[in-house]
Amino acid sequence: MALHEIQSVKGYVPWEDAVDIANGMGIPLARIYEVLTFYNFFKLDAPGKAVISVCTGTACYLKGNDKVLEEFKKELGIGEGESTPDRMFHLQVVRCVGCCGLAPVCVVNGKTYGRVSPNDVRNILDEWRAKLADDKE
Amino acid sequence: MAEIDIDKRFDIHEIAKNKKADLDRFQCTIYCCHSTGCKSSGSDDIISLLQDAVEEYDLKDKVRIVAAGCMGLCAQGPLMRVEIKGQKDVLYKRLEPLVARLIIAEHVVPALKLEEGETFELPEFLQQHVLSLDLPFFTKQEKVVLKLAGHMDPEDIQEYMAHGGYLALEKVLKTMTPAQVVDEIKRSGLRGRGGGGFSTGMKWELAAKVPTVDEKFIICNGDEGDPGAYMDRSILEANPHAVIEGMMIAAYAIGATEGWFYIRAEYPLAVERLEKAIKACKKNRLLGNNIMGTDFCFNIDIRLGAGAFVCGEETALIHSIEGKRGTPRPRPPYPTDKGLWGKPSCVNNVETLGNVASIILKGADWFASFGTETSKGTKVFALTGQVEHSGLIEVPMGTTINEIVNEIGGGVPNGKKLKAVQTGGPSGGVIPLEYMDLPVCYEELKKVGSIMGSGGMIVIDDTQDMVSLANFYLDFTVDESCGKCAPCRIGGKQMLLLLEKINKGKGTKEDIDELRKIAHAMQKASLCGLGQTAPNPVLSTLKFYENEYLAKVEKNEKK
Repeated sequence: MALHEIQSVKGYVPWEDAVDIANGMGIPLARIYEVLTFYNFFKLDAPGKAVISVCTGTACYLKGNDKVLEEFKKELGIGEGESTPDRMFHLQVVRCVGCCGLAPVCVVNGKTYGRVSPNDVRNILDEWRAKLADDKE
Repeated sequence: MAEIDIDKRFDIHEIAKNKKADLDRFQCTIYCCHSTGCKSSGSDDIISLLQDAVEEYDLKDKVRIVAAGCMGLCAQGPLMRVEIKGQKDVLYKRLEPLVARLIIAEHVVPALKLEEGETFELPEFLQQHVLSLDLPFFTKQEKVVLKLAGHMDPEDIQEYMAHGGYLALEKVLKTMTPAQVVDEIKRSGLRGRGGGGFSTGMKWELAAKVPTVDEKFIICNGDEGDPGAYMDRSILEANPHAVIEGMMIAAYAIGATEGWFYIRAEYPLAVERLEKAIKACKKNRLLGNNIMGTDFCFNIDIRLGAGAFVCGEETALIHSIEGKRGTPRPRPPYPTDKGLWGKPSCVNNVETLGNVASIILKGADWFASFGTETSKGTKVFALTGQVEHSGLIEVPMGTTINEIVNEIGGGVPNGKKLKAVQTGGPSGGVIPLEYMDLPVCYEELKKVGSIMGSGGMIVIDDTQDMVSLANFYLDFTVDESCGKCAPCRIGGKQMLLLLEKINKGKGTKEDIDELRKIAHAMQKASLCGLGQTAPNPVLSTLKFYENEYLAKVEKNEKK
């Protein structure tokens, strides 16, 4: 549960925190590492500011989300599970976000976009670029 | 004395009566879908806009706005249902903020002013947003688990009580022995809705037989990892109290002392609603010691999953609750003997528990009147893929696939043709066109090489290549294999390599034979359900669409 907390607050579980938990709770670090790497939910590296999750559930697959994913890759110049060098975007694929009625779906920092086509990709990115720039100011 | 005072405040009949009177004050109730699907289509904004509009027209005493659970037709979201006393209900689809405002101004306001006998026509620009409630999508369904979904505020325990909530718990605690409860569920014929289809009553009987030494657990499996399925999420979002009540009845029947909900962390809204519901139960003394003044003591906790498909398997799920890697272990011992922390535990699926309260209230015979000889009751399906009305449905067992896809689902859109239906997710198989009259029940689906599964039903049109589809599913299970046993870890990977080879046009006929060989070995030798069923999508596509495999292979061999 502690790991869930860290993951939701920081977006990943930093190495130092894992060591702290191991020491604090008297659990071998290897056990914690074992759990962290087993589940998809936990990340070991700091993600980008905007995390793009492209759903690859069956419904999304059938409705062509692979093309959307390709477009994201092309636009951002990164692959799955990677972040852009400026740490603005992180691209990942997820199993199913449970909005199959809206397929194909992608989620950016908790905001869900339904019925996405490859043509929408640039707009979504622009929207978030603007948003992230606003946050900076 | 003080005791009487407490009784009254927590008397569910009293609360229900007051709430009902309170709800009756309103002439108009607007249910706006507020589950994950519609929320992402913007229902948040619409609800706040409606509230503003109601304020503006000074209708606060007449109109009630409810953020409700899933109404089913997610593809047409956000959905909103306007119910005015004495008038026909109207369901709106694909709402936009502006339209929502106009509905208040041009529908609700004039409709409320009507005198008796007067009728009223909706203006044309609103008509185009109306979704007919006479659609087979709605009329062909039979709702038990989803009965209240979309018809109440899931975050209000009093409203659940006004609809008869917790009456089943009271009946059980005050008038039935645990053995009678087990017997009632057994007679109803309810079977595990997570996919396995084991008799729920039998499972409870086994769990009840193990003596409660210090602790015994009831666990609700809400780790819905099957891609393309979201029944459990919707049930928890739309009516969390029904699942909690089911769990409490189960706990009483088997003598459990504590309950655990294991929910995917990817379902934040379901978790939030469940947390609120548990809190409300505690506040109303429905959880804790001496519930409803009886000897029954029970508490509930939530544990979050972390994205591992294998954790839907009960022994893996138990490991995960304990905070370990979610890897399965061989059974027996079954969890009913040795489960969570070595204590006897009973694992039931969300939908299974969601059925319990209705069975207790209406009786086993009522429940058994739905369905077929061996599969009783109804089943919730997430109907998705290439289908016109994609969404959440509930039908009696025994409904044919044709009825589900073509009538309720409205068929395949864009002038394409139906090719097959896939059930059971990555553990299931495809059902080709010639079996469309197959009734949906545990046995019949198994006969054609698929399974009921948890309720994902994916419609595939004629443009889909089946070898790629098998590849897609296998890719998923290989990725999700926990790696504990060799047949699944190595077998899955080798099958995937062969499939990829065939898909790239480099396969040979021998590769197809090899696929079959590995698949059978995996089915027999894998430790848990994940490995045993992982080859199903390959085997069933091979069975019905071998020509597609052969075509790819032959193309290569001709080169």
